[in-house]
Amino acid sequence: MEHENWQIIYFTLGVSVLSTLLILPAGVALAWLLARPRWMGKSLVETLVALPLVIPPVATGLILLKLLGRRGLLGSFIEKTFGVEIVFTWRAVVIAIGVMSFPLLVRTSRVAFEGVNPRLEEIARTLGAGEARIFFTVTLPLAARGIIAGTILAFARALGEFGATIMVAGNIPGRTSTIALSIYQFVQLSQDSAAFKLLGVSVMMAFGAVWISEFVLRRRSSVR
Amino acid sequence: MKLSLKNIHLPLERFPLDLDVEMEGEVIAIFGPSGSGKTSVLDLIAGLRKPQSAFIQIDGLVLADTRAGHSLPPQQRGIGYVPQDGALFPHLSVLANLTYGSRRANGSSIFSMEHVVDILEISHLLKSGVRKISGGEKQRVALARALLSQPRLLLLDEPLASLDANLKSKGLDLLQRIRAEFSTPMLYVSHLPEEIMAICDYMIVLESGRVIRRGHPRDLFTTRNVPVLELK
Repeated sequence: MEHENWQIIYFTLGVSVLSTLLILPAGVALAWLLARPRWMGKSLVETLVALPLVIPPVATGLILLKLLGRRGLLGSFIEKTFGVEIVFTWRAVVIAIGVMSFPLLVRTSRVAFEGVNPRLEEIARTLGAGEARIFFTVTLPLAARGIIAGTILAFARALGEFGATIMVAGNIPGRTSTIALSIYQFVQLSQDSAAFKLLGVSVMMAFGAVWISEFVLRRRSSVR
Repeated sequence: MKLSLKNIHLPLERFPLDLDVEMEGEVIAIFGPSGSGKTSVLDLIAGLRKPQSAFIQIDGLVLADTRAGHSLPPQQRGIGYVPQDGALFPHLSVLANLTYGSRRANGSSIFSMEHVVDILEISHLLKSGVRKISGGEKQRVALARALLSQPRLLLLDEPLASLDANLKSKGLDLLQRIRAEFSTPMLYVSHLPEEIMAICDYMIVLESGRVIRRGHPRDLFTTRNVPVLELK
């Protein structure tokens, strides 16, 4: 495979890992909150989190573009405060794929938290444990497999993100080109052979990630 | 131990739990049919349910007084709770389960790990995973875990219910030994008169969330016409 293709693969892996790591703490915290009994605004948050799954990715990309652009609410603030530009850079790729994979992480982790027997947390309370200790010693370890599976799924989703990324980061060779964007570009340029090579890599990585995720979830259900 | 459950009102699914009772004894039984609210009473004392109104006092210590806006969190109540299934932490070893609550303990020698595991005959299980031990062993580990936190009151929710007749009799002997050895007051939920008569010195009979009888178990079961058969 050509050097250019390897560069695209490394870049895609790098931004996918980074975005997954960045959404992990917030995703797990939100999943835990959503797994708790009713609280004010819960349905609204649930709907907002699920939105990227149901609205067209390009629409999400457009929203991000308007928010993160130089004149956007967040974009202008970040540029003024940190002197950092977001749109049409690798940062925009990380944000776009993070936003698109966030719902998968939250939903899978939420199911994992809901599967933890609340009686165990209650008994931990009677044994003197505070909420933080209960979370880290009881809730999180018991939900861990589901969270790992959710993280892998989010990573797999990040690897293949297209619509939102192209809106907010464009497809700039060597700067923002991911595997999905490059496949599209190669097909547009009738370079089918290059497109198929990347397609093969993309399918293998996605297959591996989903397979590992299913394996982790199966082990989770068999040990319960 | 003197336990007051006054002005209690806790809405349950089919009926409210309404209690206004004072009890005195070292091992007090809550007797009643399934679904009569027995476990909810334990949950309330442990601070795991929020009642609409409640005054709960153990030997002068007020655990909850809704009128005064006072309610100790479960962590500060000093209650050892052994639920029906033991509720051991399945991802931890037996030893890790036992030490989970011992931070609260003050290191008294009666409640030392060696003594408790010896009395409950679980010293050979310490390194085992919780998933690998039997139902009876789980109950003994759960009891030991609760004891090691040195509670002012032990709540036992049908601890022998899942055991066969042979293990049940062994379990009763063990509970009597615990009573003699640790002098920890217990609130014992059961629907079996023979268990209650063997170890309890006071009992209340609960039906649909209300106390319908109270007194000494032997007295109630023999002379006060407690509907044992129906309750079974």
